[in-house]
Amino acid sequence: MAQLLQHLINGLAAGTIYALVALGYTMVYGVLKLINFAHGDVMMVGVYMGYATAFAIGREARGSFLGIAAVFAVAMLGCALFGFLIERFAYRPLREKPRLTALITAIGISFALSYGFQLDIGFLPGASPRAFPEIIEPKEWIIIGDRDVVVWNWQVISFLIAVGLMVGLQYLVFGTRFGRAMRAVSWDHRVAALMGIPTDRVIALTFMLSSGLAAGAGLLYAIKDTSVSPLMGLYVGLKAFVAAVIGGIGHVPGAVVGALVLGLVEEFVVGYAASTWRDAVAFGFLILVLLVKPGGLFGRVAAEKV
Amino acid sequence: MQSPALPVPEAPSLVPPALRGILPLLIAIPTLALFHWSLTGSDFATYLLSVVGVNIILAVSLNIVNGMTGQFSIGHAGFMAVGAYIAGYTSLQLKEVALSFLPVSASDQVLFMLALLVGGVAAALCGFLVGLPSLRLRGDYLAIVTLGFGEIIRVFVQNTDAFGRALGLSGIPQYSSPGMVFFWVFLVVLAARRLAGSSHGRSLWAIREDEVAAEAMGVDTTGYKVRSFVFSSFFAGIAGGLFAHFVPIINPGSFTFVRSMEIVVMVVLGGLGSTTGAVVAAIFLTLLPEGMRSLFGALGTEGSLAQRVDQIRMPIYGLLLVVLMLSRPQGLFGTKEIWDVLPRWLPRKRRGLA
Repeated sequence: MAQLLQHLINGLAAGTIYALVALGYTMVYGVLKLINFAHGDVMMVGVYMGYATAFAIGREARGSFLGIAAVFAVAMLGCALFGFLIERFAYRPLREKPRLTALITAIGISFALSYGFQLDIGFLPGASPRAFPEIIEPKEWIIIGDRDVVVWNWQVISFLIAVGLMVGLQYLVFGTRFGRAMRAVSWDHRVAALMGIPTDRVIALTFMLSSGLAAGAGLLYAIKDTSVSPLMGLYVGLKAFVAAVIGGIGHVPGAVVGALVLGLVEEFVVGYAASTWRDAVAFGFLILVLLVKPGGLFGRVAAEKV
Repeated sequence: MQSPALPVPEAPSLVPPALRGILPLLIAIPTLALFHWSLTGSDFATYLLSVVGVNIILAVSLNIVNGMTGQFSIGHAGFMAVGAYIAGYTSLQLKEVALSFLPVSASDQVLFMLALLVGGVAAALCGFLVGLPSLRLRGDYLAIVTLGFGEIIRVFVQNTDAFGRALGLSGIPQYSSPGMVFFWVFLVVLAARRLAGSSHGRSLWAIREDEVAAEAMGVDTTGYKVRSFVFSSFFAGIAGGLFAHFVPIINPGSFTFVRSMEIVVMVVLGGLGSTTGAVVAAIFLTLLPEGMRSLFGALGTEGSLAQRVDQIRMPIYGLLLVVLMLSRPQGLFGTKEIWDVLPRWLPRKRRGLA
């Protein structure tokens, strides 16, 4: 029983991180109908920005609240800017081209980033994973029974940060003018443009938002894993994509539910079956969902119209 | 992307109609035989030639899905891995078997062919299992699912004792020869060209140009997409089987995402939908790194530069895709074949798809 509770906690902690990344996929898909293949790798770049910041501010400042805030701020803002640049120079010129060109571009960017970062030329970090500095020193906050259930401080903090970011996002999408514009663009971007909505700006802002959120999630993931590597984007990104599809891609609360489900499933596979199979589970799950309920839990498969 | 050239009425041909069906075979088999026996060069040349051939098979088969059908698979190495492991495993099991009514070398080749076909069919089966759920939906899903499929294969192999886990399979009999590889190159190119000109192929082109319109015209889009995917996976499996029989060892590291991307870059560079384009790009992109390596080696600069060709190649491939999409999305030849773009003074094949 205690074991079950422990797995539930670990699964939820992982799931909230996936949720933040999955939201990025879902939002970009909403406004652009593009599966942003490079999303995970943009996240990875953000994590490296945070990594560099954590070293730049030094060991003393790292543990303090301000230090943590600085790491997150630099990573999220830097990553938002990076997402903006990619959108502006790689995706926007292809907006009216066939959808396949944009997809190929996204795959190309993903590949260039994840393998470019494996070089060790100039500022590039090289292929081997690096230890992520402990910006949150691990402490056991809640211990139940004879260490039957342990909740770590970083689990609580990352859960709170993730939930905070999600609540903020919910307000942004459903409570502000920008959110309304975003939903209009996702409904029909041509009509939205005719109604005076600056679609290019909305799409650019959506990209910045999703990249920023991804950087935050990536940092939480790096804290959990205590390491960064150029390939982390590929794996986390893939799983977050699976989460977004489980919830129904384009559906904001669906992405969160899908991510929590995926986090729990992975945790239970690791806990009760074999940990070596963890990475295969997500994709098996994806194929199962596509077979049984292709629109995801909340979405529906809309017939394409001409 | 421009649409394929419209067929014009057939020009009178020199070849009598009765021969047309088997003509490619009549030409190819003696050529391949000559090629096979004349090749007594160095081991490295043989190896390189085999690698070129395997890459051509992979690129041409991927072009059927990514080019002709307009879907986008990025997990071709996964199907290659299935073919390589299943064919290699079959050969290992049949190592002691010999068909006594045949000479030893002929019996080996028959068993090799059998192993290849088993590998190809296994890969085609996996193609069906992966393609059916993802191709019912819009093409983007295929990209992600095929990527995930490659991962599943890797994890599966690493957890299976029969496949040697992370160490891989070694001791697979080295049955393969450039002659055999190019026999399959010939088969896949022939199959792809025949497919492109057939009514089946026209349905694929229709799906590529506009899936909704194709469906409205009565094309069973899911069925055609899945069939083209299975067809393509079969040849990827064959390529894997060939590969397994001329390299000393196969391990999960030979069939990573990088391998898939290499093939994707070949197809996109050659022109999505151009079979000869895929062939040219496959030859070019296989020989280029080798050329660079020996060039840097000969220049005698730091040895590290020659070793790093492989490392630097990968981000360049990614950027190449982006630059191609932004500046020349149709690649080298677009949907045309090489004889459509040759200079005017060279004799041309008659225009059209066939």
